Amino acid sequence: MDDLFGIPAPLLFGQLLLGLINGAFYAMLSLGLAVIFGLLNIVNMAHGAQFMMGAFAAWMLLNWLGIGYWAALLLAPIIVGITGIILEKAFISRLYKLDHLYGLLLTFGLALIIEGVFRNEFGSSGLPYRIPAELSGAWDLGFMFMPVYRGWVVIAALILCLATWLIIEKTRLGAYLRAATENAALVQAFGVNVPRMVTLTYGFGVALAAVGGVLAAPIYSVNPQMGSNLIIVVFAVVVIGGMGSILGSILTGFALGIVEGLTKVFWPEASATVIFVIMAIVLLARPAGLFGRA
Amino acid sequence: MRIRRRGLLGTAAAATALGGWPGAGQAQAAPIRIGVLTDMSGPYRDLTGPSSLAGARQAAEEFAAATGMAVEVIAGDHQNKPDVGVNIARQWFDRDGVDMIADLPNSAVALAVAQVAREKNKAVVGSGVGSTAFTGAQCSPNSVQFTYDTYMLAKGTGDALVKQGADSWYFVTADYAFGHALQADTARFVEAAGGKVLGAARYPFPATTDFSSFLLGAQAARPKVIGFANAGADLVNCIKQAREFGLARQGVKFACLLMTVVDTLSLGLPEAQGLLMTESFYWDLNPRTRAFAERVRGRLQGRIVNASCAGNYGGTLHYLKAVQSLGVARARASGLEVVERMKAMPCDDDAFGAGTIRQDGRKLTPGYLFQVKTPAESTGPFDLHKVIATTPADQAARPLAEGGCPFVKI
Repeated sequence: MDDLFGIPAPLLFGQLLLGLINGAFYAMLSLGLAVIFGLLNIVNMAHGAQFMMGAFAAWMLLNWLGIGYWAALLLAPIIVGITGIILEKAFISRLYKLDHLYGLLLTFGLALIIEGVFRNEFGSSGLPYRIPAELSGAWDLGFMFMPVYRGWVVIAALILCLATWLIIEKTRLGAYLRAATENAALVQAFGVNVPRMVTLTYGFGVALAAVGGVLAAPIYSVNPQMGSNLIIVVFAVVVIGGMGSILGSILTGFALGIVEGLTKVFWPEASATVIFVIMAIVLLARPAGLFGRA
Repeated sequence: MRIRRRGLLGTAAAATALGGWPGAGQAQAAPIRIGVLTDMSGPYRDLTGPSSLAGARQAAEEFAAATGMAVEVIAGDHQNKPDVGVNIARQWFDRDGVDMIADLPNSAVALAVAQVAREKNKAVVGSGVGSTAFTGAQCSPNSVQFTYDTYMLAKGTGDALVKQGADSWYFVTADYAFGHALQADTARFVEAAGGKVLGAARYPFPATTDFSSFLLGAQAARPKVIGFANAGADLVNCIKQAREFGLARQGVKFACLLMTVVDTLSLGLPEAQGLLMTESFYWDLNPRTRAFAERVRGRLQGRIVNASCAGNYGGTLHYLKAVQSLGVARARASGLEVVERMKAMPCDDDAFGAGTIRQDGRKLTPGYLFQVKTPAESTGPFDLHKVIATTPADQAARPLAEGGCPFVKI
């Protein structure tokens, strides 16, 4: 068996593939954050809680209403997105004129409240959610066992990321959105309802987090803390990619997943830290991030 | 005469307190107070919290009904912070007249509160304490460790599996003191029984949610058993992902070094079936445990009767028996004397049966190696585990001489 850098080649390929899968989650979550920050200038600390709400919505749909995975993949983001719209209308919309810090503190507080409510209602130990029958099982790739569901996660994340990027960069709606972030007053003067557009954008960003939650439900424990572990890493991804850069956050998400995967092979204890080391280096060399505009 | 509101309230309260005990002195009139100090809002809430409180309340009520002794049970949330726990304990001892603190999941909080209790000469019945330091180097003559410790878990699972032929191990370990201790203890038993430890993957805690890389690393070492030295959501994630990557289908066994019935429920039987773990209680062990479960069920609002509930029941009941044997006034004056009486008297309760408490405060109780049933074997929502091996009470606890407890005389 061939060794690469002292590690058996099959193990190394396996870890690369796993890194790509984890990168898919990072990309999906950081994409939502980047959309919200890029267009609303809000640092959405509630993103992890909204990811968790997506997973719980899928669980509730299944256990309370008997609605399965595929329908939940569509319904849960809509439901969670609507809660996001309510939050934006009631609280966040009042903060646009203030410093970023206020938005950060508000959404951080909201995240704590949401997680506390879920912990009270559902406990802290997690709820079971099965992999849908069509996606269970695994392919034997020779160098590793590749669960079908993980493959699906990568494909779904790629489609979602690409579609979001196309909407924002290539369509008329996206052009309005980008214009509104440059100069809201002028866009409004052309007859575009900017506040409504901003509200819907927040709802869309939240819905992206919820899709991530539904995709994660069958493979991670569905519990109230599931988002808070992930969100810090995702913020680092957004910072490395460049705050507000859509393409940057997608590419960085996948790339950092792979870097993290490789670290797990060579030095497992450092795998949680490596992303932050990269973040520090990037901030020193390019303060606006790899893909950001200074 | 002007009657001040505060004075009036004070008189009313005193009258109520004395009401049931005409002519009795204040010391006799005040009920024995038990404070269940536990995790009501954090990661151990489902394991302990309301379940622990239900167990203590059940014991207090049964004992009060049988003997007429006045017993009160109150609860506090230590939020897994030693400073919060110590503050509540001081307030309970100094202001609220609490005589005994029960439960104390989270060893850091337990060790800190035990010091306060020793200083104030009160009693601690740590039913939720897992650390062996509690009855080892940091033991206190005012403390009892009732339900389990990590030694029992490591021995019950490590030793028994090697004897069944599963003799090569690989660990997936949470990279902090608790995970290291669990791995080291288990590795010792595996090697002592003739098994081999092939390696370990230490993952960053609590920042890890995806364990597939570590699991694949473990698989590459081709062990017969993967030992999970972690707990709670991490453990649930490990099991889900190990199943997903088909590890079980290749004949690898999973040993969960700290798993409870609550985790089985959280995983669901299809995912959890076949897993092995050690606990000292299961509701369906024998007619007495079933009778206890039947009695306490009404207090649990649909939760399963678990080891925390049973441990707080057994611990509180034995404490109350010692108080009665000593006399309430003497018991209130010295927590040390009550704990010494608890060690002198044999224990007997429906949850754990007959047992004894050792000099160092460790309650001796058998460790049961459980296997999670398959969905086909299970006949109800709480029909989850079956016993496949038992470590006798005298072998389930660390030998007295090895603990390093300063006041133990051998």
